[in-house]
Amino acid sequence: MDSGGLARRWWVMSQESIFDEMWGREGSLRDPYRRFSGWLDGEDPKRLRAKQREAEDLFRLTGITFNVYGRAEAEERLIPFDIIPRIVSGAEWTRLSRGIEQRVRAINAFLFDIYHGQEIIKAGRLPLEMISRNEAFLPQMIGVSPPGGIYTHIVGIDLVRTGPDEFYVLEDNARTPSGVSYMLENRETMLQMFPELFARNRVQPVQTYPADLLRSLAACAPENTGANPTVAVLTPGIYNSAYFEHAFLADQMGIELVEGQDLRVVDGRVAMRTTRGYKAIDVLYRRVDDDFLDPLNFNPESALGVPGIMDVYRAGGITIANAPGTGIADDKAIYSYMPEIVEFYTGERPLLGNVPTWRCSEREALAYVLDHLDELVVKEVHGSGGYGMLIGPTSSKKELAAFRQKLIARPSNYIAQPTLSLSTVPIFSRAGLSPRHVDLRPFVLMSPDGIKITPGGLTRVALKKGSLVVNSSQGGGTKDTWVLED
Amino acid sequence: MLGKTANGLFWMYRYLERAENTSRLIETGQRIALTRLGASAEEWRSILETAGVYSGYASVHDTLSKEAAIDWMLRDPANPSSVLSSIAAARQNARMVRTALTHEVWEATNSAHMRAQELLSRKVGERDLPGVLGSIRQRAALVRGATHGTMLRNDIYDFARIGTFLERADNTARILDVKYYVLLPSVSAVGSTVDNVQWETILRAVSGRGGFRMEYGASAGPREIAQFLILDKRMPRSLAFCLGKIRDNLGYLDGDSGQRSPALAKLDHIETTYLSHDIDAVFDFGLHEFIQKMLTLLAEIGRQIEIDYRFYE
Repeated sequence: MDSGGLARRWWVMSQESIFDEMWGREGSLRDPYRRFSGWLDGEDPKRLRAKQREAEDLFRLTGITFNVYGRAEAEERLIPFDIIPRIVSGAEWTRLSRGIEQRVRAINAFLFDIYHGQEIIKAGRLPLEMISRNEAFLPQMIGVSPPGGIYTHIVGIDLVRTGPDEFYVLEDNARTPSGVSYMLENRETMLQMFPELFARNRVQPVQTYPADLLRSLAACAPENTGANPTVAVLTPGIYNSAYFEHAFLADQMGIELVEGQDLRVVDGRVAMRTTRGYKAIDVLYRRVDDDFLDPLNFNPESALGVPGIMDVYRAGGITIANAPGTGIADDKAIYSYMPEIVEFYTGERPLLGNVPTWRCSEREALAYVLDHLDELVVKEVHGSGGYGMLIGPTSSKKELAAFRQKLIARPSNYIAQPTLSLSTVPIFSRAGLSPRHVDLRPFVLMSPDGIKITPGGLTRVALKKGSLVVNSSQGGGTKDTWVLED
Repeated sequence: MLGKTANGLFWMYRYLERAENTSRLIETGQRIALTRLGASAEEWRSILETAGVYSGYASVHDTLSKEAAIDWMLRDPANPSSVLSSIAAARQNARMVRTALTHEVWEATNSAHMRAQELLSRKVGERDLPGVLGSIRQRAALVRGATHGTMLRNDIYDFARIGTFLERADNTARILDVKYYVLLPSVSAVGSTVDNVQWETILRAVSGRGGFRMEYGASAGPREIAQFLILDKRMPRSLAFCLGKIRDNLGYLDGDSGQRSPALAKLDHIETTYLSHDIDAVFDFGLHEFIQKMLTLLAEIGRQIEIDYRFYE
């Protein structure tokens, strides 16, 4: 980012107008919300409040919880659910999904290239040190070709909206994106509580996701696998924050949920210990990070992985989804090169925007960031979950000063972006409808058979007034996301 | 099925059964205390022993009191077999094997845990005790009902049943182990008040008073009680009944694989050697020795099942 001017324009623009997805400036209702609003007007707020509580009870009973790290062991919490859906028109969605598909194809091609010829570096479009000095780059993957050529079987693209046609990618999640169980359970809950809404609105279904996922994973099985590949989900265990989701997906797909201790390498295959002996696995949907996957090849301390699984993988004996080493594609420093990456591999202009990003490793960028710290969002390059980030405009002088020290000490650990004015969608609060900032994570499945994007995705909402942090670990909630059939 | 899943199912149902049995024991102890007959601290000691938690209790308490004993058995987190700990462990195992359970079973288990946490968040007073215990047993019954009504009759169900009946057999054997002396013919002065109370304790602890009266008459004595709890195949908590159920379920598992497991062979051996004679043979063998032997054999069966079905390795 060389021009401070662009960023300033952005900043000013975003301060002026917050885009609300339900109501326009003069309080006019936007089209996708028309029918919903008609229904809402006829509802007794008391009944809705009761429904809101009912939803929470339902979630608690189903056990849709996440574990909070750093608190008492296995403390399980609910992610707050808001009953007002976020509604997107079919036309909007079609445009969006084209952009998402383009981006996911580019990411997959980028990964193949990075672990093979590195043409993008030879072409001078990406500096070599972005790869060579990047801890997310996995040397063990050099020259390895995953079955079907697929690296990113499941991708979550985090999008934010700032205007009617303005969507930006905030983050690509190419490792093991989570949240899809909330997308499914939110819809299930809405269907149970407000069946009448779905009679009035033609909402595109999300319920096929588990079946689509299984089909997509099976299509990525190693070459000589029979007609019915054995697929399993690998979880770190019941204390993992997303354990509910791992169990949920395995259950919905009707496949085994395994832990590292259930697996071992037997006769050159990765096999699970059943009551009748060891059974080979063809495709492993792992929800364990690269580093913990194989104590022989990565972190030797890991008790969550399978010793030797990487050797089986390299020999073509198993499909690991997502492939090891995909983290390089969702690294926040690489993110700033995504427009180049998309163009390089697709030969097209990117359909989805990138948020302007300063790489603090660059001297000029750092100087700019330090000068404008109170306007910017600063993130750790490898961070996630909203931890370790600074939101300039809402931070105190003391917080800014402390962050400045961290930034100066390790500039290459950070990137900075303008504070986006995320769009708002109303939530149902004590005071009635109140606008809150949202983002959107659609889920994308990729296999040799093609790319499938579930219409909608997970809408996360910052429940605190004015807050821009939507992460569940930081007090965010979720909403059902509707894509209408136009 | 994964070995780990079989293990989780087995323990989920063992813990559920344990929660229920422990609450029944507390109720029995409380009932005796109320009738003021033999309501000594000693009685609570034998109740704690029956639940297998006396040594744990003694390691943190210097004296024996009714309140402390009830609290230890009901809700102390330091007691891994307290009602609350057992329900939490059952739910933890249920989470682990979530994919093997139906929605109904999971939700019943989860809500049993939520309810138990609520009811047992603080010390339970004497007045509330019957209601709390009743409510907990009701929740456990809901899980059992959901299991019965919604689970496929496959290996998942088999392991659930094996866990249930192994725990139940163990519980019945421990009741007999602690109280065997009141059933010995030599000590029983028929009709003495103390013995009547003791016999009643035993029958209450297995919810078997009504059934026993119906089948054996009101005046039946210790021999019949021993017969009822050890050999009577109509009594769902007797050793013979429980072991028969374990045998059936091990048989279904073997039927699936076409191989006879060492655990089933062991069980057959127990049934023919120890449970196919009449009660006189048991008394000839020595009631205490017999019960001790059964406890050892039950533990062996449990270990063998672990090995046969690769629970851990």
